[in-house]
Amino acid sequence: MKLQQLSLFLENRPGRLGAPLETIAKAGINILTLSLADTAQFGILRLIVRDWDQAKAVLEDAGWVVNLTEVVAVDVLDRPGGLAAALAVLEGAGLNIEYMYAFSLRRGDKAILIFRFEDPDRAIKVLLDQGLHVVDGEELLNLAS
Amino acid sequence: MSPQSHPSHHAHQHGTEQGLWDPEAETRSRDAIEALQIERLRTLVARVAQVPFYRDHFVHREIGPHSIRSLADVRRLPLTTKDDLRRQHPFGFLAVPRRALARIHGSSGTTGRPTFVAYTARDLETWSHLCARFLVAGGLKPEHTVQIAFGYGLFTGGFGLHYGIERVGAAIIPAAAGNTRRQLEIMRDLDPEVLICTPSYALTIADGARELGIDPRTLPIRTGHFGGEPWTEDMRCEIEEQLDITAFNNYGLSEVIGPGVSGECSARTGMHIQEDHFLVECLDPESLEPVAEGEAGELVITTLTREAMPLIRYRTRDIARLDRQPCACGRGTARMSRVTGRTDDLLIIRGVNVFPSQIEEALLRVEGTTPHYLIEVSRPGRLDEVHVKVEIRPELFSDRMDRMQTLCERISREIQAVAGIRAHVDLVEPRSLERFVGKAKRVLDRRNLGA
Repeated sequence: MKLQQLSLFLENRPGRLGAPLETIAKAGINILTLSLADTAQFGILRLIVRDWDQAKAVLEDAGWVVNLTEVVAVDVLDRPGGLAAALAVLEGAGLNIEYMYAFSLRRGDKAILIFRFEDPDRAIKVLLDQGLHVVDGEELLNLAS
Repeated sequence: MSPQSHPSHHAHQHGTEQGLWDPEAETRSRDAIEALQIERLRTLVARVAQVPFYRDHFVHREIGPHSIRSLADVRRLPLTTKDDLRRQHPFGFLAVPRRALARIHGSSGTTGRPTFVAYTARDLETWSHLCARFLVAGGLKPEHTVQIAFGYGLFTGGFGLHYGIERVGAAIIPAAAGNTRRQLEIMRDLDPEVLICTPSYALTIADGARELGIDPRTLPIRTGHFGGEPWTEDMRCEIEEQLDITAFNNYGLSEVIGPGVSGECSARTGMHIQEDHFLVECLDPESLEPVAEGEAGELVITTLTREAMPLIRYRTRDIARLDRQPCACGRGTARMSRVTGRTDDLLIIRGVNVFPSQIEEALLRVEGTTPHYLIEVSRPGRLDEVHVKVEIRPELFSDRMDRMQTLCERISREIQAVAGIRAHVDLVEPRSLERFVGKAKRVLDRRNLGA
């Protein structure tokens, strides 16, 4: 039920974001979504890709420090209040969200929320108990293509 | 040790006429200075036989007072290094019984542990007079009020200058270091004519005044005595222009006494070395042979009159030039140039001595931060800034921003604990720092202090 997210360390200066993305592109790996957290000095690039193990290998070969994290994807209706409803469930259960990001799917009426939980296994249990739909890797790839 | 072998200050007439605190001692001819140095060096050789480090050396080589027939014979004596002092920590270099000590100061060391420097009551007396001399040479009068914005503590700057000024009879405001706004309030209320601090802090005071809407040129200060860190002629011009003062340079190091080894007279063409108390050689740091007259070399100092912790040929690691030509002021003493560099990797950051090895020690406490790091020192505005660049490694990296920020803070805290300075920690990408075949270059000093 969990997805593998790749995180990369980047210095916060012009041109630094392009380099790893180009490395992945050259390997023919498609990026499903990404998010970037930054300070004035450095940034953390988080990627969900189709072939995470291959992507990790090519990035590491190119000299990047890559970290692998388990995240949880949930699909919600892509309409006002869709995210709020999901968050209400998580807050009600007292689950701690480290960070999250979201993206819409090209077809259909679904949006995908990516959550980084302190305790992903417990979070999945709560989400399922509350009737939310947790998307696994294969399903996400099908939805996104 | 006989008291007669030491200079008695009471026998001298002290004053402030013509910038001479001790006219008799300060205007000796070159010949008279050298004759006195030989005499005191002989006595010193006898006295340091109390110190095992020197005694062992002397016994092996059959060295004694008889070995000193000319000043050149000082080169028959061993050199002393900071490492030697550290190996004898804390008091292996004491030449008097512990009970004879009157004060203990300290200097920073590579381990974050200070090297202690001990003084007898007479050492403190000598020190006060040495500070009085350079202060008076720079125009200090008993009617002046002096604000001391140096740290008071193990650091020798605050107390050394304090007692020198007290000796001259001027009024002291022991404001101590920091809190610029309060320093300015004190200046406004008490009208001190003289300021004592590091040169960079003088510029901080000027900045602080402007922030409060005060023109720094209208401050009461007319004279500044600055030391404790290397500075340049350009910086002197800037300080004088901004504060409308005359700025004097002085030099010293805690291992040999503290401030008072040398200082400028009104001519300000080099710092007069107080040669009746210090025998200064200028050596090539590689060959350890004397450099040609007027060439830059490492200053090596023998303390001729220190009682508690006399040092023979102490390697200061400071690079400067000596000038033995007579000075317009009438003093016959040799003058030293500004310190233009170091023969080791010591960095002086806002007056704090920092060895790169201390930063490395701090980094070693945080797993994964070594071996690839670089210490960058700059002076973007008035004050020194240190950036420690650390290459990110897998064991350091987290996808969570809070963890990354905690990491930076932790490294910064460790550096503060070991080296006593605040450093900015810049995490950088892997392989972004230059790689070296051989000895890695860990320090990039962009301050251009050699000017």
